[in-house]
Amino acid sequence: MLRQIEGSQAVATAVQLCRPEVISAYPISPQTHIVEALSDRVRTGELAGCEYLMVESEFGALSACIGSSGAGARSYTATSSQGLLFMAEALFNASGLGLPIVMTVANRAIGAPINIWNDHSDSMSMRDSGWIQLFARSNQEAVELHIQAFRLAETLSVPVMVCMDGFVLTHAFEAVDLPSQEQVDAFLPPFVPQQSLDPRDPVTIGAMVGPEAFAEVKYLMHAKQVAALDEIPRISEDFAATFGRDSGGLVRPYRLDDAETVVVALGSVLGTVEEVVDAMREEGVRFGALAISCFRPWPLEEVREALSGAKRVVVVEKAFAVGAGGIVGQNTRLALSGLPTEVYNVVAGLGGRPITQASLHGLFADVVEARLDPRRLHFLDLDVALVERELARAGQGRRSGPHAENMLRDLGVVASGSV
Amino acid sequence: MAFQEIKLYQVGTSVVGNRLLDPEHRTAQARMGRSNTLTSGHRACQGCGEALGARYVLDAAMRATGGNMVAVNSTGCLEVFSTPYPESSWQLPWLHSLFGNGPAVAAGVAAALKAKGREDIRVVGQAGDGGTVDIGFGCLSGMFERNDDVLFVCYDNQGYMNTGVQRSSATPPAARTANTKAIGPEAGNVFGQGKNVPRIAMAHEIPYVATATVADLHDLEAKVEKAMTFRGARYLHVLVPCPLGWGANSADTIRVARLAKESGIFPVFEGERGEVTAVSKIRRQVPVEDYLRLQKRYAHLFANGAAGRPDIVARLQEEADRNIARYGLLGGEL
Repeated sequence: MLRQIEGSQAVATAVQLCRPEVISAYPISPQTHIVEALSDRVRTGELAGCEYLMVESEFGALSACIGSSGAGARSYTATSSQGLLFMAEALFNASGLGLPIVMTVANRAIGAPINIWNDHSDSMSMRDSGWIQLFARSNQEAVELHIQAFRLAETLSVPVMVCMDGFVLTHAFEAVDLPSQEQVDAFLPPFVPQQSLDPRDPVTIGAMVGPEAFAEVKYLMHAKQVAALDEIPRISEDFAATFGRDSGGLVRPYRLDDAETVVVALGSVLGTVEEVVDAMREEGVRFGALAISCFRPWPLEEVREALSGAKRVVVVEKAFAVGAGGIVGQNTRLALSGLPTEVYNVVAGLGGRPITQASLHGLFADVVEARLDPRRLHFLDLDVALVERELARAGQGRRSGPHAENMLRDLGVVASGSV
Repeated sequence: MAFQEIKLYQVGTSVVGNRLLDPEHRTAQARMGRSNTLTSGHRACQGCGEALGARYVLDAAMRATGGNMVAVNSTGCLEVFSTPYPESSWQLPWLHSLFGNGPAVAAGVAAALKAKGREDIRVVGQAGDGGTVDIGFGCLSGMFERNDDVLFVCYDNQGYMNTGVQRSSATPPAARTANTKAIGPEAGNVFGQGKNVPRIAMAHEIPYVATATVADLHDLEAKVEKAMTFRGARYLHVLVPCPLGWGANSADTIRVARLAKESGIFPVFEGERGEVTAVSKIRRQVPVEDYLRLQKRYAHLFANGAAGRPDIVARLQEEADRNIARYGLLGGEL
């Protein structure tokens, strides 16, 4: 049924249709509308058979899910940004224990400086936590990835993170085709846990493991992620058969045939990227795009195959490894190792800065006309002059003050201060 | 081995043992049908108060619940010595997640059981003092505030023993630990404001709070059984001497625990919904010094003959006296 609906409400409906038995959450913008909506639905009985825990922190939120999932209940939580970092220890624990928890991450920047707007720093910082990471391009896809996520998590007994851009998607109203309960029930069978706390069959979950088997337990985590590379496309096909909609999978090509330059990106920016790809094509430049739908596990073979025909690849990503370079870019370079493809790595949209068609168009033109050095990390729309003025101030003495405040004052955004 | 009833002649003394009691009044531990929840073969130190406490607590809880029980364990000595891969001493469903999240994990287990209509299965969370009063404190307070259906048990050995005896916020003043050594003008742990978690639990007005020691195992079992008659958040704080960390003889674990109670330095009481409802009276009051002298962690207070630190011993005696006055630990019915 097609409805004009806020992304968060649509996701809450998708989660509700998956019949979670325990939801545990702590509020953080921009995740709040999702967990508020789910709280309403548990209270009204619309979401029956579900316990909702309002916990004291994100660490507590995921910890409660570890307990509930360990006791055999389908468990869900949602968070964002600092909240995801506050969960970090529990993230690794949930994946190490093989608990199939599903979590929405409403992607948001990480401070300092504190910033509530969208980028991918949060999810990317936890890319090696042993969670599967799926990235939604639209609210329609966010809905569908959540339904697939529960099935994926429970099939492999691994936790799954569904990443959707904070505000850009969570707070956007658009038409979403919401599935029926019957469809979801047909696609998602009841949860049969691989391990469960049951007095009739007592097991020890979370035992200490020393050097004699630690590597083997960790290897199994890796093997499961590798198995997910087969399972994710299978689930996507099954989803299409049940719902008649094509979504999920590992990567999504857009106008890749004969493309000389391919843009690689994740999440909602793909909409803008595709518009600019169309514009480039109209100008006679053979552009295409590749959406990474699944970032963890990293679909190395699929990325390599999809990009093998390209002369140039432009990775546009909303996070970076400070002091090292791009993250998606490094993974892409790994996928293309041995090929002559030139990879341009561009960081864009940090802390909610809009990624405009004009900026992307300019960037792509620079790439095609070889005005960009592929060996360097680039920052889209970086105010270089502002950075240089602050560096100059910092160079004048040790007590030059806080960078963030100095730069805001420089821009005239902060009312106080002596300018 | 058949259970043999022994007819005995002496009851009602202060040294009454299990064998002298009517079978109905014996501990769960003394019964043939005990569940051995934490079974033998684990790797606790000789004389470990925590192993003893956990064994009594869990077997009593198993008896109270008819074996319908799940345990959640925070990281710490108890978790480490009971589950060295591939062995496990646990004969009940047992989940260990992290150091600081035991109460939240236990709350999640309780929520899952409720969602599944299996509230007949009860949940016990357990941790040492570090996992309870320090790193797990936020989760513990949240679990209390929500009144989740969990009995949380703190085995308090007054420090981070698993990592090599460092100070926790449950470490008493003047005690020597690896990071509050008996050096400098104020030797041992500082006299801080203290962090009395049983009282903090009471401030949450949860259904049931109790303290106990491993010196009175009947009392400990009775409190566990009583705790299991309540629904909602319950807290049991058990003093468990650590021979290694306290520098006490392994054979003195019970004695040290008894002196903690008999000196008043560790008040044993019960409370319901924020009010103290019962206290364990001191049978034969002893000076705090008798308790301190058995432990090398206080040796610096008595070093060099009379030189020592009688001033600090006096301050500790004041603390005991304050407990005695606050809880009314002297006089009345025993």
